[in-house]
Parts: sequence; C-alpha cells; structure tokens
Amino acid sequence: MLVVNGVYKSYSRGGMFSSDRQQILRDVSFAYKQGECLGIIGESGSGKSTLGRLLLGIEKPERGTITLHGESVENRSSRRGRISAVFQDYTSSINPYFTVEQAILEPLIRKRNGREVNRSKIERLLCQVGLSASFCAKYPHELSGGQIQRVCIARAIATESSCILLDEAISSLDGSVQMQVLQLLKDLKDTFQLGYLFITHDIQAAAYLCDRVLFLRSGQIEEIVDIAQLRNVQSPYAQKLIRMMMN
Amino acid sequence: MKRLRYLFNNKLAALSLILISATFIVGIFAPWMAPNDPNEVHMELRFASPSWEFLLGNDHLGRCVLSRLIHGIRPSVLWVLAALFVSAGLGTIIGFIAGYRRGRIDSFLMRICDIMLSFPGYVMILAIIGILGVGVENILLAFVLIKWAWFARIVRTSVMGYAELEYVKFSKALGVGNLRIMRTHILPVTLPDIAVASSSAYGSMVLQISGFSFLGLGIQAPHAEWGMMLNEAREVMFSRPEMMLAPGIMTVVFVSAVNFFADAIQVALDPKLRTNSSNRKYQSALVAEKMRRDEVA
Ligand SMILES: Nc1ncnc2c1ncn2[C@@H]1O[C@H](COP(=O)(O)OP(=O)(O)OP(=O)(O)O)[C@@H](O)[C@H]1O
Ligand SMILES: [Mg+2]
Repeated sequence: MLVVNGVYKSYSRGGMFSSDRQQILRDVSFAYKQGECLGIIGESGSGKSTLGRLLLGIEKPERGTITLHGESVENRSSRRGRISAVFQDYTSSINPYFTVEQAILEPLIRKRNGREVNRSKIERLLCQVGLSASFCAKYPHELSGGQIQRVCIARAIATESSCILLDEAISSLDGSVQMQVLQLLKDLKDTFQLGYLFITHDIQAAAYLCDRVLFLRSGQIEEIVDIAQLRNVQSPYAQKLIRMMMN
Repeated sequence: MKRLRYLFNNKLAALSLILISATFIVGIFAPWMAPNDPNEVHMELRFASPSWEFLLGNDHLGRCVLSRLIHGIRPSVLWVLAALFVSAGLGTIIGFIAGYRRGRIDSFLMRICDIMLSFPGYVMILAIIGILGVGVENILLAFVLIKWAWFARIVRTSVMGYAELEYVKFSKALGVGNLRIMRTHILPVTLPDIAVASSSAYGSMVLQISGFSFLGLGIQAPHAEWGMMLNEAREVMFSRPEMMLAPGIMTVVFVSAVNFFADAIQVALDPKLRTNSSNRKYQSALVAEKMRRDEVA
C-alpha cells in the first residue's frame, strides 16, 4: 500500500550560501502492507521523525519515491483520508484556540466537505478512546498530557484512514499512562482493522504492538524482521538494541 | 466573543478603548463636531480665555483651540492609523510568505528587511522629506516604507515558530491547503503578536508625526495638527504656558491609552494568558524583549 523506494534526504547546515549538507536518510526502501503494524525503531537522531514527515508527504524526498496506492504521497488529494498521524509533542498537537470538539471536527469537515457531522459521532469517538462527552467543550490547556494524546488518537481515527503514523506518540507520557494508551491502540487496531506505522525508540512497546519492526541507524535501514523473529536478528546494531532492552 | 468580554472586564482597557474610539469618531466627523471653523481668525480674541463660544479659549491668531484640536485628530491619529494598516498589512503578507515558505525566498526577503532596517528610522524619514518635500503624505509614505520591514520581521519569526507545531503538521498530513492552514491555524495565533506590535508601533508613530509637525516638516499651516499646535504654543511658552496644555495633554493621553490597550489586547487574544496570571507577566516580558531586539527604527 505504502511503498518507499530509494529515498534520500538531507538538510543544509549553514545559511543561504552554504552548500554544506547533512545527510539524514540514505537509500531507504521498504513496503508497508495494508493493515499491518510496522514498528520503526532507532536511536535519537537516527532520522525516524524525518522519515515520518516524508511518509506523510509534509516534506519532499531529495531522491527516490514514496507512493500510496500507486500515487505519490506529495499529491494532497492522494493522501486525503488515507493516512493520518499522532505526534510526539502533545503540548502543541491541538490548536490552542480549538475546543476538543473543533479539533476532532477538522478532519471530518475535510472529508465530508460539509458540516452535517453531528455531535454524537464526536461523542462516540471520545468514548472509544476512553474519554467522556464532557470533554467536548474543553480547551487543550485544560487537559492532561494523556488526555490530549487520547484526543489526538480520536482525531486520527476520525479521518477513517486505514493507516495511522504514530511518531513517538506515547514517549512523552509516564509509565502507567503509556501502557493504557498502548492497550487502547491495540484495541482500536482490532476493532477498526487499522494499520499503524509506529515510530519509537522503545523496543518493548514495539514488540507489544507491532507485526514487523524496522531498525533505522543513522538514516539507513539495518534490518526488517517479523516480531516473532525478534530474538534472532542478524545485524549487530539490532542485537545491541535488543540486549540493552533485556537488561 | 469571550476575548471581547475580557477587554471590557479590564477597566483600564475598557477606558482606553472608549477613549481611542471616541477620538476616532470625533476625528472622522470633525467638520460636524467642531464648534467653530478651525481656521477662522479673530485677531480681537488673541489668547482669550475659555468662553462659551470657544470652550478651550483662542490661540495667537484668535482661532478656536477646541476646533483645531478636533480637526487635528485627522492627521495626528487617523492618517497615521491608515499608514499603520498599510505597513502592518504589507509586513504581515511578506512575513507570512517568508516564514511559511522558508528557504531561498525567506533568505531573500529577510536580506531586504535587513537593508531597510539598517537605516535609522529618523534619517530615512528626513531623507524622504528631503527628496519629496515637506508634508504629512511624505512622512506617512516614509512610515510605510520603514515599518513594513519591522512588521515583516516580527510576523515571520512568529509564523516560523507556529508553522513547526504539531497541529499544523497534522493538517498538512491530512492534505489541507496551505491558505486554509494559514487562515485557520497560523493567523489566529500570530494575531496577538501582530496586534501588540501594531498597537505599540501606533503609539510611537503618533508621537513621531507630531514631532515632525512640531519641527515644521509635517502638516503645513494653516491646517491644524497637535504637534504644530504645540510648536505655535512654544513661541509664547513663557508668557502663555497654558497654550501648551490642550495639545500636550491630548497627545499624552491618547498615546498612553494606545499603550494600555496594546497590553490588554495581547492578554485578551491569548487563551493561555487569560486563565493564568503568572504566565501573563512572563509572556509580556517575552514580547517586550522581542520588540526591543526587533525595534531598530
Ligand atoms: N528541519 C530540519 N533542518 C535541519 N536538520 C534537521 C531538521 N529536522 C531534523 N534534522 C536533523 O535530522 C537528524 C534526525 O532528526 P530526526 O528528528 O529525524 O531524529 P529522530 O530519529 O526522530 O530522533 P528522536 O528519537 O530524538 O525524535 C537530526 O540530527 C536533526 O538535527
Ligand atoms: Mg523524533
């Protein structure tokens, strides 16, 4: 469904006249199958979020192509209603002028091109992520981090897209809330047949949720393995990460 | 609506708003509001004290001070407001392009701004007066030419910060159009910055235009203007010091009202500042710091 082919990305380091560029992603290729949950694991700075932005079509790769159902993700219309996202930083993930209701409504209005979306749909979405209907009228600064992240998940599933990119969606939450949100993601996945692109540096969380994991190291793919084979990874980098997790 | 309500709950802000709008209205309807013709000379009434016909007395040519004050609102306050709108609008558009598009276009536009801002403001205005001649229109033109760069810098910095936020990324990922993102997500959050910058620039522009008229570079006699009225009063500063009061107090009160309003509007437009008062001090300090760094002119 989502096919990444030979993608390169670099950012310029200096100002306008500098040709000094920092290579972030090198020759990244993989295919994501509809409905699967693919974990993308790597250390901080390995280029996971950059890859995520490219997959969402927010930025353009320098070389290579990313296609969604055969169309380039850079086309706005091709990704509308097909891919959605939850980001790491919950402090800025909802417009501060929007109530929870308006925030969830945004993708719905986009999709229908009309405003006939009713309130019960939003209340149902909130209920699905474990929040009560009374949250509708609240502003983001009145919510806790875990609650905001749940609203973001509700907003992401409101698009009814089959694939959701989660960029460190649980990393900024504390232990027990992390577990709750993971559980929630797993339940939603089963009820809606959702697929996730789960970006994280936490192998344990990835092992809990994902079907396959992709190890990314300084912008290059080290290895892609099924979760059942996680103990038998080949590359030394992946072995090191797994050993670190065990301790 | 909630934002407006805040403005009215804050007494100082409400008072400033009333004063500012009253001044605007009186200025717009000056010919109907003024009790007398501002340019009509009554030599027999030179320096006359207030009377029922001339509520604030008469000046050195026996003209009605109140009427001159009212007619002076137009150049001192309203034309400056128009210049402010033009330069803030221009600056906002350019700031949005630079901050949202980034890359080459941003570097190019910001170098132009740097060049504009590297001339001291007063020197620029004097140079333009030197080239185009004396007159309010030329000073206003100079304001627009100088201030747009200052606004563009502020707006660009603020847009850049907001365009990076996760909710903008989310909208982009959904395939929402750029103009729509700017309108629904970026403009509302940059609006407080623009409003604060314009209202504080407004106060200083009112002072500047009065200053240039005081020096005789702005509006030309016999038209009334607050700065020029002060200049006329200066000639009789020791014999008739009270002549300075009317235009002087009017200028000070109006500029202070603009500044108080500038503070209030920032709080009113920001949902986070409204609930948390300790945050408020921090935020205004932040903006003050930003303005200090940006204000070159
Ligand atoms: N817009 C940008 N301009 C310049 N450099 C950037 C930009 N975005 C990211 N980088 C650089 O790209 C590298 C990878 O960043 P990225 O955010 O993709 O890492 P990450 O794997 O998501 O790390 P983390 O786990 O900490 O989120 C970093 O060295 C960063 O400095
Ligand atoms: Mg990241």
